[in-house]
Amino acid sequence: MNNAYALSAILVMAAVTALLRFFPFLVMGNKKTPAYVEYLGKVLPYAVMAMLVVYCLREIDFTHMPFGLCEFVSVLLVIGVHVWKRNTLLSIVIGTICYMVLIRIV
Amino acid sequence: MKGKILKRAFIDTLPVLSGYMVLGIGFGIVLERNGYGVMWAFLMSLLIYAGSMQYAGIELLAGAASLPAVALTTLMVNARHLFYGISMIDKYKGAGAKKPYMIFALTDETYSLVCYTKYETEKERHFYSFWVSLFDQCYWVTGSVLGSVIGSALPFDTAGIEFSMTALFVTVFVEQWISTKNHISAVCGLLASVVCLAIFGKDSFLIPSMIAILVILTLIRKKVACDE
Repeated sequence: MNNAYALSAILVMAAVTALLRFFPFLVMGNKKTPAYVEYLGKVLPYAVMAMLVVYCLREIDFTHMPFGLCEFVSVLLVIGVHVWKRNTLLSIVIGTICYMVLIRIV
Repeated sequence: MKGKILKRAFIDTLPVLSGYMVLGIGFGIVLERNGYGVMWAFLMSLLIYAGSMQYAGIELLAGAASLPAVALTTLMVNARHLFYGISMIDKYKGAGAKKPYMIFALTDETYSLVCYTKYETEKERHFYSFWVSLFDQCYWVTGSVLGSVIGSALPFDTAGIEFSMTALFVTVFVEQWISTKNHISAVCGLLASVVCLAIFGKDSFLIPSMIAILVILTLIRKKVACDE
């Protein structure tokens, strides 16, 4: 194990990550935001959140038991509870407990 | 007023607290098993502060990947952060001295909490976003250090608790869905991601999805603008 290598690798990861996070702000600076970017800023969050949900569920294996049953039942429960009560913490706690129980019995 | 916003920020980040603790502890444990102790866990969570990238980072360190390979992997895994930046340009405008940290700390989970507006004035919004960002990183650093120190000595089986992260994103998605009449963007994001996942597989579908989303949203711009 080489400490100098590990440190430089970590610094590279940190620098690239920070660059990606700062890039849009640096490019747009303090100029007036172009209408196109303003439009993206408005609509992107909806699309990105959908993408993140799919990203979280990407490990599901549809070719083997239980075909993602635990995930789907839990996600549907989260949606149901959230539409019903509109309480984020409650939806998450119930959904997570459901998932933890399901992966132990299915 | 500030106390009230601070309290709201703390309560809103509770789901992230549980998620980051579990994922952070997991990260600390795996890193420690690969020969990098608590100082390394602390350093990575403090400086990189990107969950999935840090897990990927363990693999890179273990395989002694070259620095250009490390840079390229980071670019691929974290490209989605460009998206977050683009959609926060306006919302973070005028945040002053807090702004650099708010940009640095814009993770998936923090983004999901700060991306829709909860406060009327800019000042309140920035104050809220800053504290959400700071709370979240504290949880993440604490989790990874804890994981490194206590290792696998945890007295209970926590398998599955990481689902809290998925559940958080689902609730934000539902919340956004209810709050707007125009669902084109949400549906487009869902379809593009599912189709790209089917075509490109779980390890490389994020970048194609982002490109597809950008292209579709650009093409339907006129239509969306008309509907509003």
